[in-house]
Amino acid sequence: MTAHNPITRRRYRRNRIAMVFSIIATGMGLLILAAILGELLWQGVGGLNMKVFTEVTPPPGADGGLSNAIYGSIMLTLVGIAIAAPIGLLAGTYLSEYARGSKIGEAAKFINDVLLSAPSIIVGLFINAILVVPFGTFSAWSGAVALAVIALPVINRTTQDMLALVPNTLREAAAALGAPRWKVLVFIVWRAAKSGILTGMLLAVARISGETAPLLFTSFGNQFWSTNMSQPMANLPVVIYQFAMSPYSEWQRLAWVGALLITAAILFLNILARTLAARSR
Amino acid sequence: MATTDIGVAEQASRRQTRRLKRQDRAFYWLAWGSAALVVALLLGILLSLLWESLPSISTFGLPFLWHERWSPAKHIFGAAAPIYGTLMTSLIAMVIAVPTSFGIAMFLTEICPKPLRRPIGTAIELLAGIPSIIYGLWGFFVLAPIMQHHVQPFLLNTFGDLPVIGFLFSGAPYGIGMLTAGLVLSIMILPFITSVTRDVFETVPVMLRESAYGMGMTTWEVVRRIIIPYTRLGLVGGVMLGLGRALGETMAVTFVIGNSHRIAASLLAPGTTISASIANEFAEADGKLYTSALVELGLILFVISFTVLALAKWLIGRTESY
Repeated sequence: MTAHNPITRRRYRRNRIAMVFSIIATGMGLLILAAILGELLWQGVGGLNMKVFTEVTPPPGADGGLSNAIYGSIMLTLVGIAIAAPIGLLAGTYLSEYARGSKIGEAAKFINDVLLSAPSIIVGLFINAILVVPFGTFSAWSGAVALAVIALPVINRTTQDMLALVPNTLREAAAALGAPRWKVLVFIVWRAAKSGILTGMLLAVARISGETAPLLFTSFGNQFWSTNMSQPMANLPVVIYQFAMSPYSEWQRLAWVGALLITAAILFLNILARTLAARSR
Repeated sequence: MATTDIGVAEQASRRQTRRLKRQDRAFYWLAWGSAALVVALLLGILLSLLWESLPSISTFGLPFLWHERWSPAKHIFGAAAPIYGTLMTSLIAMVIAVPTSFGIAMFLTEICPKPLRRPIGTAIELLAGIPSIIYGLWGFFVLAPIMQHHVQPFLLNTFGDLPVIGFLFSGAPYGIGMLTAGLVLSIMILPFITSVTRDVFETVPVMLRESAYGMGMTTWEVVRRIIIPYTRLGLVGGVMLGLGRALGETMAVTFVIGNSHRIAASLLAPGTTISASIANEFAEADGKLYTSALVELGLILFVISFTVLALAKWLIGRTESY
């Protein structure tokens, strides 16, 4: 169909330009995703071997692995989520169930949303001031707390959203049977929103397991194998940062391997969370 | 005997009621305390930053904001270079990411064939899940060399001699620098803006959209005349959300910014941002004043990003309430 009217022709031309731009934009987005993942696989898989999991981070120029950093990352993430999960769940329950529609509740939700996207390096500075300076040493505890501060608003927010989806008739039916409020919440509302809340927690784990900035001045790093939570603990993000910026090729190789491990874990968690969310619907 | 039995039963029931009430109250306060903790956290962060930056504030006062010199050896600190770097890299990132995100959102809501919509949308959202250190690593090892050997020489040759904008593209091609940092940032915030944009595009009632198409509008006209005006506030909110991310982002920038406390006119020159300065220098900062100056940088960043995020939330909230 060809239009002979010049105005119509111009409109179609504009439309075509917009379409082409839009397709190119999408193509570029996908291309970059592919480029990043491709480079990670290319560089990371090449450096992957058993030593990565069995040996600790090497001194400059030597051969070694990432076992201490992998252990540290898992510990920091687990402790962080263990601190954040109950508090976030309860806070979300309060904001969604008790403070529904109240002015203070709205303000608290707003503050939580601001905290949700606050720069993570500032959380690092804050935890450094309250948990590192007073004790005089970097520690895994402080790192875990810093990660908890990052995870808390995520869990809080998803809990609010998920509880809001639970139909009121369920609450009313339970209350009519004489159940006290806390039992209604714990055994009816939480249970109804279980998979949604779990999805939120998985996403929070995914979010904090790659965080670097809050760990720089809290957990710091440790060249040796350490399980002491009161001492500095190695972790993958900080190791990646230090090793990548170094001039040693062996360190750079390990940085890529660490990056591959973290990205694989996070993509796995994200996909798991998605399937969980899709199934619950 | 029967009377006491009733008494006992009644007492038991009362005891149980009391216990349930106690449990109820305990649960309420536990939940209240958790919510209060979140609020206290924000206040705590603000107060702690203020407290820690007092030495720097009392030494340098307001001129801290526009003095460029940053000399730890001489105990002279000024925030102009990091503030400029933060704003400039974020600006570059927005200039690239906003149109691209709108393009992707338009593709996903208007053009893309149905079966491809979910996979492509998911792929873009997975991009958001990748931690910022990976972007930094990729930017440092992959993007920076490309910039150094291909993009920057091209920019220097093409735009370097132009009269008005030439100064933006002068100097040597280092690879790292403001432009590279802005590019990495734009890749990082792209998925955030895209997913908000797509979500608000989808709030446009089908009826409105179909009527517009029915009148013979082209896809672009529907987007330009119907969808964008309808979702204006939400779009601005999404853009601000992305801006908030860009301003506070640390690792992706730290790798490729070059960490130089100088304001250079050229976009190709190395610079620094607030978060990159903190990440690079805080652990090694010796002396109260040095640490304090870095924390004051953090305070400035917090105030900037708080304002932007609050504005974003407010704008997004207004679209949702339509």
